[in-house]
Amino acid sequence: MGEIVLTEVRKSFGGVSIIQGIDLVIPDGEFVVFVGPSGCGKSTLLRLIAGLEDTSSGTISIDGKDATRLPPAKRGLAMVFQSYALYPHMSVAKNIAFPLRMAGLPAEEQQRKVEAAAKVLNLTPYLDRKPSQLSGGQRQRVAIGRAIVREPAAFLFDEPLSNLDAALRVSMRQEISELHHTLATTMVYVTHDQVEAMTMADRIVVLNAGRIEQVGSPLDLYHSPANLFVAGFIGSPKMNLVEGAEAAKHGAHTLGVRPEHIDIADEGPWKGMVGLCEHLGSDTFLKVDVAGVGQINVRVGGDVPLRHGAQVSLAPQADKLHRFDAKGMAMA
Amino acid sequence: MATQASRIAGRLMLSPAVLLLFLWMIVPLGMTIYFSFLRFNLLMPGTEQFTGFENYTYFFTDPAFWPALVNTLTLVLGVLAITVVGGVALAVLLDQPMWGQGIVRILVIAPFFVMPSVSALVWKNMLMNPVNGLFAALARGLGLEPIDFFADAPLASIIAIVAWQWLPFATLILFTAMQSLDREQMEAAEMDGAGPVWRFVHLTIPHLMRAATVVVLIQTIFLLSVFAEILVTTNGGPGTASTTLTFLVYMQSMLQFDVGLGSAGGIVAVILANIVAIFLMRMIGKNLEA
Ligand SMILES: Nc1ncnc2c1ncn2[C@@H]1O[C@H](COP(=O)(O)OP(=O)(O)O)[C@@H](O)[C@H]1O
Ligand SMILES: [Mg+2]
Repeated sequence: MGEIVLTEVRKSFGGVSIIQGIDLVIPDGEFVVFVGPSGCGKSTLLRLIAGLEDTSSGTISIDGKDATRLPPAKRGLAMVFQSYALYPHMSVAKNIAFPLRMAGLPAEEQQRKVEAAAKVLNLTPYLDRKPSQLSGGQRQRVAIGRAIVREPAAFLFDEPLSNLDAALRVSMRQEISELHHTLATTMVYVTHDQVEAMTMADRIVVLNAGRIEQVGSPLDLYHSPANLFVAGFIGSPKMNLVEGAEAAKHGAHTLGVRPEHIDIADEGPWKGMVGLCEHLGSDTFLKVDVAGVGQINVRVGGDVPLRHGAQVSLAPQADKLHRFDAKGMAMA
Repeated sequence: MATQASRIAGRLMLSPAVLLLFLWMIVPLGMTIYFSFLRFNLLMPGTEQFTGFENYTYFFTDPAFWPALVNTLTLVLGVLAITVVGGVALAVLLDQPMWGQGIVRILVIAPFFVMPSVSALVWKNMLMNPVNGLFAALARGLGLEPIDFFADAPLASIIAIVAWQWLPFATLILFTAMQSLDREQMEAAEMDGAGPVWRFVHLTIPHLMRAATVVVLIQTIFLLSVFAEILVTTNGGPGTASTTLTFLVYMQSMLQFDVGLGSAGGIVAVILANIVAIFLMRMIGKNLEA
């Protein structure tokens, strides 16, 4: 009840091509995250799906029906905006009921659905308040409530958590994930934060400059990035990318190795001096200057007794190396 | 600026200005009140004497008083209705992307810069004149009898002229408010299934309420004292058909040289303005609270 298929979708604004040919199938019930750097066209793509922008070419079909020219209201999708976009002069209850009211539902049924949604989202005590009297997290929940009462074919989220503080972001993230499990409705979620993408997605779509770089499950992208862009974008801290002689030794133009896949060994191939050293207790992050290789980030589990200026030798795990050719594509 | 000393210093420095403004208001008001209790006619100098409420009795029993009161309220409410509704409509239109936007916006504001007496003269002689006016020419072109606006519908004609002058002000304030309407809210409503009309009713109108309140309050103050337009066009006539309280006060104190009666009328007008202000604040003042 919520399959979305994009075929050769393109969009340009005044001659500037922003979305450059997207082919994507989002199966029913899947949680898909569009992730990419700021300005890469994530919001534009989501707005194309929502119908808030017209496609320049290509087709969008929802549930097997061509929706390319349908107005937003007819597509059966609900959207949660970054600014929440609540109606400021309406109470929480009226905000949530608004789509039902527009659909002409009887008042009792509106009330029943609003109360059910409020219960799911812990908003019952706030139903009579105005949006301005709510905290950021509560506003976000009202926006989600307004979306779920419509029982849409799919939910669209545009960076819904970026206005919240870090702690709230984590808990809202979990709430949205749980909501997805409860409703089992297709969700398309846009974010520039790869941690959000990794933790929430069934499948991640990595976008860059209006193109899809790679589509896959979070662990697919982590373990086998298709190219340098995905390798550098997914994973935190970022993958170390080494060029030159060291990469050539492995028959690659660029060699990639994640910080957590480097061990501190007595006789490792890379020797260097520890620069910055961050002790988190659970992990230790080291920046090591390795002669002939460059600066290498290392993540070691637990607390290691290393300080600035210490000499270490590093051993990248041989089976966790990523090799990329001169075009930046992963080599088999 | 929170210490005791700095606050006292602030008040001291403010006080000359406040005192001046207070005197500016209280001296004329006090003199008017004083004159309103005197028999004081400029044609009979030296005969001033205290008469109590006699001037007020004359003013209230003047056959022109009730028509003037009704005309005043009709003028104010009529102009407010036209400018607020018209202002919202123009604000919506100006908000649409279009070719030549900058010029159109300036043109819409232009009438506000024309002096009231000049615009009244333009309307009287070039537009509404039953012989030479544009409207008469249009009517004849359509084979209709030209209307003699100032004879047949004097108050309505004045309302039209004053509304034309104040429409730019209302449009400007409402248009500025319009531009601060959140685009994402509109899009959210669009996705929620609200068509253009419902979006206008449920989002635009509530959003414009505060600006509309400002328009109503400010315009009321000025509309209660409309004068030049009446003097230039109908002179309050025919009969009392377009006489407002302001104009009645003018006729009595200036045309009949009765300063006492005019002052009493002025005080009545002040009281009326305050009643209207209290009503307005009660009705729509809460829109101004955040
Ligand atoms: N309505 C528009 N008119 C012109 N350019 C636009 C419009 N909307 C977006 N863009 C451009 O498209 C690019 C992608 O924008 P967007 O989709 O918002 O990126 P993001 O991935 O950060 O959400 C940006 O360079 C932006 O300037
Ligand atoms: Mg965006």
